[in-house]
Amino acid sequence: MAKPTDTLEWNYSPSLESTNHIRLKQQYGLFINNEWVAPSSKKYFSSTNPATEEVLAEIAWANEADVDNAVKAARKAYETVWSKLSGAERGKYIYRIARMMQERAREFAVIESMDCGKPIRESRDVDVPLACNHFFYYAGWADKLAYAMPHKKPEALGVAGQIIPWNFPLLMAAWKIAPALAAGNTVVLKPAETTSLTALKLAEIIKDSGLPPGVVNIVTGHGDTGAAIVNHPDIDKIAFTGSTNVGKIIQRAIAGTNKKSTLELGGKSANIIFDDAPIDQAVEGIVNGIFFNQGHVCCAGSRLFVQENVADLVIKKLKARMESLYVGNPLDKNTDIGAINSKEQLETIEKYIRLGKEEGAAIYQSACEIPSKGYFCRPTLFTEVSQSHRITQEEIFGPVLTIQTFRTIDEVIQKANNTPFGLAAGVWTDKGSRIFNLTTKLKAGVVWANTYNKFDPTSPFGGYKESGFGREGGLHGLGAYLK
Amino acid sequence: MEILKTYKIYLDGAFPRTESGRYYPVVDPQGNTLANMCLCSRKDVRNAVVAARKALGGWSEKTAFNRGQILYRIAEMLEGRKGQFVEELIKQGSSKAKAEKEVQHTLDRIVYYAGWADKYQQIASSVNPVSSSHFNFSALEPMGVVGIIAPQDSALLGLVSLVIPAICGGNTAVVVSSENLPLCSITFAEVLHSSDVPGGVVNILTGKVSELAPTLASHMDVNALVSSSLGELEKPLALSCVENLKRNMVYTNTEEQGLNFITDLQEVKTTWHPIESIGGASSSY
Repeated sequence: MAKPTDTLEWNYSPSLESTNHIRLKQQYGLFINNEWVAPSSKKYFSSTNPATEEVLAEIAWANEADVDNAVKAARKAYETVWSKLSGAERGKYIYRIARMMQERAREFAVIESMDCGKPIRESRDVDVPLACNHFFYYAGWADKLAYAMPHKKPEALGVAGQIIPWNFPLLMAAWKIAPALAAGNTVVLKPAETTSLTALKLAEIIKDSGLPPGVVNIVTGHGDTGAAIVNHPDIDKIAFTGSTNVGKIIQRAIAGTNKKSTLELGGKSANIIFDDAPIDQAVEGIVNGIFFNQGHVCCAGSRLFVQENVADLVIKKLKARMESLYVGNPLDKNTDIGAINSKEQLETIEKYIRLGKEEGAAIYQSACEIPSKGYFCRPTLFTEVSQSHRITQEEIFGPVLTIQTFRTIDEVIQKANNTPFGLAAGVWTDKGSRIFNLTTKLKAGVVWANTYNKFDPTSPFGGYKESGFGREGGLHGLGAYLK
Repeated sequence: MEILKTYKIYLDGAFPRTESGRYYPVVDPQGNTLANMCLCSRKDVRNAVVAARKALGGWSEKTAFNRGQILYRIAEMLEGRKGQFVEELIKQGSSKAKAEKEVQHTLDRIVYYAGWADKYQQIASSVNPVSSSHFNFSALEPMGVVGIIAPQDSALLGLVSLVIPAICGGNTAVVVSSENLPLCSITFAEVLHSSDVPGGVVNILTGKVSELAPTLASHMDVNALVSSSLGELEKPLALSCVENLKRNMVYTNTEEQGLNFITDLQEVKTTWHPIESIGGASSSY
């Protein structure tokens, strides 16, 4: 007979993804006209692995002159080649890019995890396949634009300047480039300064695919490089994903010009659990909502609302689940939560954790060990918070959850909508009519009912209010790149 | 002896004077005074926004069919007062033929959008075939409170061309009339008032555009701003819109009508829900 102490023992056994097939250059130039060119600034900056603090490569820092060269290349390509091609021919190039990305998917996933800090499980199963699929999806639209916009004659805008963030580097590049090309635009893309590598690897594929020179140009750099794109007079459209603050700076910069814009900005999304929800699934949804990609997700379910009568149970189960999360090496296939993307971001998150304590909220962090090197943060939740706490109002962009309770539907709708943001929301209940009541009344661009943080190329994504405007993905995503 | 009309403003379903007590005279091309219009204040704008916000819930939750009927009712009421609009347009400098044409266009436009009320959703929404076991659809929702600066060179058709598609889509509106051609806007308010349009859904203010438009553009509880070309005012208004990322629509041609005048004032909401895996792929039920 088994003794009561004979519990099953789990020993942690690392399962590391191999990196020996990864080829990175020591130094990357700018990708303009399908050529690698040295920046006229002569400046480079380092891209580091946030899990080890090791330098992965030196990246060119584009200045205004470099951006100007890229825009000229894009303009020339637009006028001489890309706008002359039929939609069907454009589509073939985009299909080819999608296929070549699929062939090199594992390489992309490993580099993404090294450069960005996200767990290999996520880059392998989410980021990279979604990025490939995004190209594949939009490729097919290129010759069907008239069906997408039955009420107007679809015409490309021209040259699109695209600025993307560091949380889903390759995926955001795909979200930007694929619909732009399908709609017939040419592109100048700037990756985020901490995560340029997969975009530069994508440039290799773009070159290999035979896409005409200048159709896609990739200029790396910091905020000043982005500003040069925003302020360039020959750009027709700015597509930006990033913080609400920078989004507003961009809007001010282009006010009074003819530039069009779409902005996909910050969020502070509500995840709402009713007492009739399947609690265990809801707990998984909460974890996925806030700890996916270390919480570096604009639509993260960072404000949890639990119906009062099940709050104790949900919080108890949530804490137990948090204890089972592995925080550590992003290249370990067991890892649930990888490295925070940069030292700067870790400091921001730690600032908010301090603020939460100072404001009197009760903190709980899982007891897991975190590596001594690199930038890591334990999964964190705060209870005893109110609407006025800064940690419930401001976007933290890290694995930090605030929990509030509610009694009635009206109360939770009020609370959930009481934010300047409006990107996403989650609702967990077994009752269909209640789901539709809530999903209708929540002011958010994406509502996940009994699920969370799901993405798909066919599914439009984007926010209400200060979470930005315009949609990416699906049929509606084409509108952003057509007259 | 003709009984002259006192032109007031339309706010929260009533016809008060401006809270400021100010007025400005409107004259005909010969310089004769036509009316003393309310010179609205920034406070009037803020009151109108409160009224529009209050009316939003009820209006946006009316069925699309009902909104279509109410819009059609506006056309019915306007038809009965055609002569009055023609007369006002003539007073403000239009020829009789032009005035009659403008009123007819206005009527046709209202009927056009009345018909769209329960159809634009079907044209502009989608069911999205995601690669996972979820039912996923995108549908339109009104943006909310819309600020409208009526075209300055048009007394009636311009204003109606921007207001009707906004409310057709379930938004509520705060409207600043044409500064120099404001008469028809208030008569149109009387039409709205008798057309089952709930109070507060459309609020119409007269006064200086340069004074009222910036308040509307910078108001944190206004979701979108709609205008036609406003020259030098455009850039400062665009800048004011940034603070709450107000959607800012500037139309160069309000002579047109179309689906985009409705959908430009709609947000796209995408909803996901899991589909239970029933394992019935090979069955034929």
